[in-house]
Amino acid sequence: MAIFGDAFATALALLIGGDPQLFGIVSLSLQVSLAATLIAATIGLPIGAALALARFPGRQPIVVILNALMGLPPVVVGLVVYLLLSRAGPLGSLGLLFTPGAMIVAQTVLIAPILAALARQTLEDAWAEHCDQLRSLGATLLQSAATLLWDTRYALVTVVLAGFGRAAAEVGAVIIVGGNIAGVTRTMTTAIALETSKGDLGLALALGIVLLAVVLAVNAAASGLKNLSVRRYG
Amino acid sequence: MASILPLELVHVRLAIGDTLIADDFTLTLAAGAPTIVVGANGAGKSTLLRLCHGLAAPSAGTIAWARDPKGHQAMVFQRPSMLRRSALANVAYGLKLRGVPRGVRTEIARDRLRRVGLEAIAERPARVLSGGEQARVALARAWALDPQILFLDEPTANLDPAATRALEDILGDMAEEGTKIVMTTHNLGQARRLGADIVFLHRGRVIEHAPVERFFKSPGTPEAAAYLAGELPW
Ligand SMILES: Nc1ncnc2c1ncn2[C@@H]1O[C@H](COP(=O)(O)OP(=O)(O)OP(=O)(O)O)[C@@H](O)[C@H]1O
Ligand SMILES: [Mg+2]
Repeated sequence: MAIFGDAFATALALLIGGDPQLFGIVSLSLQVSLAATLIAATIGLPIGAALALARFPGRQPIVVILNALMGLPPVVVGLVVYLLLSRAGPLGSLGLLFTPGAMIVAQTVLIAPILAALARQTLEDAWAEHCDQLRSLGATLLQSAATLLWDTRYALVTVVLAGFGRAAAEVGAVIIVGGNIAGVTRTMTTAIALETSKGDLGLALALGIVLLAVVLAVNAAASGLKNLSVRRYG
Repeated sequence: MASILPLELVHVRLAIGDTLIADDFTLTLAAGAPTIVVGANGAGKSTLLRLCHGLAAPSAGTIAWARDPKGHQAMVFQRPSMLRRSALANVAYGLKLRGVPRGVRTEIARDRLRRVGLEAIAERPARVLSGGEQARVALARAWALDPQILFLDEPTANLDPAATRALEDILGDMAEEGTKIVMTTHNLGQARRLGADIVFLHRGRVIEHAPVERFFKSPGTPEAAAYLAGELPW
């Protein structure tokens, strides 16, 4: 218990004192995960909408694969992105490996399928409800997709927040493609892994507290949004 | 404007999987006074309207309009669906799809809501309205499109007596202004009040199409006679 108490005291001191190293790591983490979430949403939501509304051959297998991809192990994503970005790899010339860019790519690959799959489910339910009405009013498929994306916006923001939470909390992918370089590619999760193994439990715990707070805030935001939506729109 | 009527259905069938939902719909709907569709639960009334409206494609047989009906027909569904926006915005939505400028469509939507007696709740979110209020929003939404033909699927099932009366008056006015009304109902008093002719469905077939007077006085088929005999006296 004493080890926990000491670590906790150090963690509090770092947090309250505004330790620059700590805040550098937190800020990089949030920037990387935020960027990955934005890109993944830009790719994933339209794919989800297309799968929800359009009927084309091969749709069903794609949906099954997409659902399976939701459970992609981060280390495998890290490995594949590493191979793609390594100097000998097909995208090696971009020089992204061991930069925040590589981490953004890895997290995007990790969460884009999650966003697409969850968005598809949400939009498919909405389409089932409104399909006849929208067609009756003369909406094209594209107009219907836009209308339903807007109509389910609160649910979709919750989906995007879930993606962000997953990206921020994941360690396997960023540690492989980022390399955990101090001040460059060290995120909250990779730092926790490293500091714990070094025995610097104070910094590890401080980062753990921040990470927990972020995850908590994201979830609070999600449920707050849901309540707001139900209250305002039924 | 040139009329899209008459609408002719010849030996229309609809099979979903192995189930035959429509067996033989043969029917001509001409311009003029309202046509009322009656028949037992599951007889195929909603299916007939959906086929006419173009929401379901027949498995066999033909459905032919005098000219392209695109943009000239509207439907009020048995279970209307509302978007997560105000009642006013729901009514204006169909006009928005047609590119009607905002000012104009809001004005039309407001007028229709006023005429269905919902002016006071125009700004309320449509989904939190009561069933009867939503039914009236649905009528206003269809009416806003000024269709040549309006299909209504049991529009008064959720309405109180006063609102039912008001809706019948509105439909009467619309019919006088030249809109063809095609409506299903289980309320035979209403069928008498509104209808000029009655279409009687039995197990997926149109087995009688007669002027109101004759249908009620001397039904031409034993099925229709049994249906009328089973009706409660009020
Ligand atoms: N998508 C579907 N798949 C299978 N069966 C269907 C489908 N849609 C309708 N049916 C069946 O077709 C028959 C006709 O349905 P329909 O909704 O047209 O009846 P209805 O006359 O409108 O009945 P109600 O008075 O209850 O509204 C019913 O037996 C129904 O169960
Ligand atoms: Mg029905």
